Amino acid sequence: MELPGTVPYLDWRWDDLIFLLLAGVMLGSALLVVLGRDIIRSALWLILTFAALAGIYGLLGSAFLAISQVLVYVGAIAVLILFAVMITQSKRGPAKLVFQRQWWAGALAAIVLVLLMATTILLTEWDAAESVQVAEARDIALTLFGDYLFAFVALGVLLLAGVIGALYLAKRDDDMPQTNDPLRAIDEEEVA
Amino acid sequence: MSQSLEAYLILSVLLFGIGVFGFLAKRNAIAMLMSIELMLNSVNLAIIAFGAFTPELAAQFSTIALFVIALAAGEATVGLAIVIAIYRNRRTPLVDEYASMKE
Repeated sequence: MELPGTVPYLDWRWDDLIFLLLAGVMLGSALLVVLGRDIIRSALWLILTFAALAGIYGLLGSAFLAISQVLVYVGAIAVLILFAVMITQSKRGPAKLVFQRQWWAGALAAIVLVLLMATTILLTEWDAAESVQVAEARDIALTLFGDYLFAFVALGVLLLAGVIGALYLAKRDDDMPQTNDPLRAIDEEEVA
Repeated sequence: MSQSLEAYLILSVLLFGIGVFGFLAKRNAIAMLMSIELMLNSVNLAIIAFGAFTPELAAQFSTIALFVIALAAGEATVGLAIVIAIYRNRRTPLVDEYASMKE
């Protein structure tokens, strides 16, 4: 991205400012996904996280991957998650207690993991280029349909198997034994 | 800052940490799947950052990132289908109430 000069009054480069903005939006909305109480709002913040991440991909010179991110995550996976939230939203499950009782152990594990990986990153001498290298869509296509052709086809088969498996798992079974009838299962629970 | 590999890697690690915390702490199965998506995205960010700062391998890393996106889509499909199937039986999306193996 070629923007002239620096940001007025701040003396920062423009791409630094955009990076900081996108990183802040992404981390903030990711935190809201995890800490929020309402699951629908979590899903909506998740969409914002994906969109900010697409912007960061663009900043990294991968315009093609930014477009893929918007298409697949913002377009498909977010809608899938919203539909799943709509299906499993029930009045019986109270939304008051979002975290388990051992949430502090999870927080401890996450903090230790982040500190470990951050120190590793900062202590390593990376043999990195000075500036961002732009990945052309043409080069990606040549690699994808050249060296990685078998992986590409195998991935297509995997996605087909995934879709068939998901249909099989989520479809309503009328031939199942009676204990799998949800209403009957609830009655039995309340009796027991 | 936006031209250094470390900044992107630190950002990716922070996002991964948020995902780990969400996966370990949340009770709702769908919220746990959302946290898994956060972790997958952070790994993808690390892959793309490595590719962007390695000129001769940029196309390879982008291809791998595309594979990760497609696999994440498949994972989300199957995971949500499993959550819906369990919800049919147990009538709750909260994982700590799936205790039928303990009974």
